[in-house]
Amino acid sequence: MIEFRSVSKRFPDGTLAVEDFSLVLPSHKTTVLVGSSGSGKTTLLRMINRMVDPTSGSVEIDGEDIATLPPVKLRRGIGYVMQNSGLLPHRTVLDNVATVPLLRGTPKRQARADALAMLDTVGLDRALADRYPSQLSGGQQQRVGVARGLAVNPNILLMDEPFGAVDPIVRAELQQELVRLQKELDKTVVFVTHDIEEAFLLGDQIVILRDGGRIAQVGSPAELLANPADDFVASFVGADRGRRALHVERHGNEDVVVDSDGRLAGVLKPESAR
Amino acid sequence: MNLFASAIDWILDPANYVGLNAIPLRIGQHLVFSLVTLVFASAIAIPLGYLIGHTGRGRGLAVTTSGGLRAIPTLGLLTLVALWVGIGVVAPYVALTVLAIPPILAGAYTGFEAIDRRTIDAARAVGMSELQIVRKVELPLGLPLLIGGLRSATLQVIATATLAAYVADLGLGRYLFSGLKTRDYAEMLGGSILVILLALALEGIFALIQRFVVPRGVSGRLGTAPKLRTGGPAAAR
Ligand SMILES: Nc1ncnc2c1ncn2[C@@H]1O[C@H](COP(=O)(O)OP(=O)(O)OP(=O)(O)O)[C@@H](O)[C@H]1O
Ligand SMILES: [Mg+2]
Repeated sequence: MIEFRSVSKRFPDGTLAVEDFSLVLPSHKTTVLVGSSGSGKTTLLRMINRMVDPTSGSVEIDGEDIATLPPVKLRRGIGYVMQNSGLLPHRTVLDNVATVPLLRGTPKRQARADALAMLDTVGLDRALADRYPSQLSGGQQQRVGVARGLAVNPNILLMDEPFGAVDPIVRAELQQELVRLQKELDKTVVFVTHDIEEAFLLGDQIVILRDGGRIAQVGSPAELLANPADDFVASFVGADRGRRALHVERHGNEDVVVDSDGRLAGVLKPESAR
Repeated sequence: MNLFASAIDWILDPANYVGLNAIPLRIGQHLVFSLVTLVFASAIAIPLGYLIGHTGRGRGLAVTTSGGLRAIPTLGLLTLVALWVGIGVVAPYVALTVLAIPPILAGAYTGFEAIDRRTIDAARAVGMSELQIVRKVELPLGLPLLIGGLRSATLQVIATATLAAYVADLGLGRYLFSGLKTRDYAEMLGGSILVILLALALEGIFALIQRFVVPRGVSGRLGTAPKLRTGGPAAAR
């Protein structure tokens, strides 16, 4: 369990990126932070591995204040997947994935064998193991980034817009892959995005942020859609328009569901037909 | 042309290959002197440059000081130090070390600075200590620019080491100064040609080294982040 307790962050230049943020992120669940650009998502995420230290308040992991832990050791135990993959350009795919296990003292042979197995896990061809990041496509680089994040088998996985830089088709593929992985691996995932569709697909708990890391609403996708706290949330999740604002029309003997643009979304079946 | 031919004759004259003024001996002195100077300068400039490059602090000071050092006329400094410590090899070592520091310092810190900040941030975020970041990320990725700095320092030192003969019995510069005194222009020109050949040879060696120290995977583009390339030419392996 990760807990933020009244956390604020003011950067040295005076920017107040996060103001009095409190939240519990349950273990083995995916929490998605979603909000517009500059709302403090990355700042919040990086407070979990002490890449950013709060100005006030505290962050706890399983009841332990992480300010008391040495940052290097803490980071080696937390997976972190970055938007731009963050791979080391002078290391091969395999060496990139094995980086953290080697830092933690895993014997070289073992680390490389584990890294190869990890390529399978994230759906990468083993033939790519000896390539350099610059020889990979964007989607492949992101997979390597995920493999590196998972390589130490961390309990916590931080993902900062990991699929932001790839095209929509690859993106959908990677999202499905992550859903599958999460079923298998059961990590505590903290995922940052500004795509509400992605948030609904991946999140057990979704946090909608306004500027300054202020929480607009926290809840499951269903709660956010059914009971948006205010107009801001309603328009953010799209509950008031398009293919999320559905109504029923009667056609002959069937009830059909139509969205607010008048497009057909499907047929309404009685509970007994499930 | 006549003078040039006699300079070549001078270089090939077997009489110039014996005794304390033999050409191979002078070349050896010149090389050892330059090498020692470069080692001194590197010992000062590389750690300092890495510190500046890694922390991002002190860059302004380094630029100003380097500029100041570059502006000092080497012959003037040489004379000044020689007046202070006396005739001998100390003065040329000091003067030439001062000459070699700025390019090496610049090579060291620009090598670090040219690395994509996101690469370094990522290395830190996965749990590398500051020392590991320097050793495993900044050092290999900054090496090509450092070698570039060493290369221009070497050229400057090899060329300027002729001045060492002004205050010490040392190096290829002897031929220039003694030729000047005795109006033996063949000897002067011959000596100059040897310095030029030496510089060209070292230049060639450095060109080779520079090709080999570009980290694989970076394919000649220094410190750039991995580009999202599809079907580009595979990096040299
Ligand atoms: N190192 C820093 N120094 C000063 N201000 C910063 C720093 N990092 C972030 N900020 C500011 O803090 C605010 C929140 O930034 P943050 O990167 O957390 O936003 P974000 O929600 O991740 O945005 P995006 O979706 O664009 O990635 C922004 O106003 C940003 O300019
Ligand atoms: Mg961000």
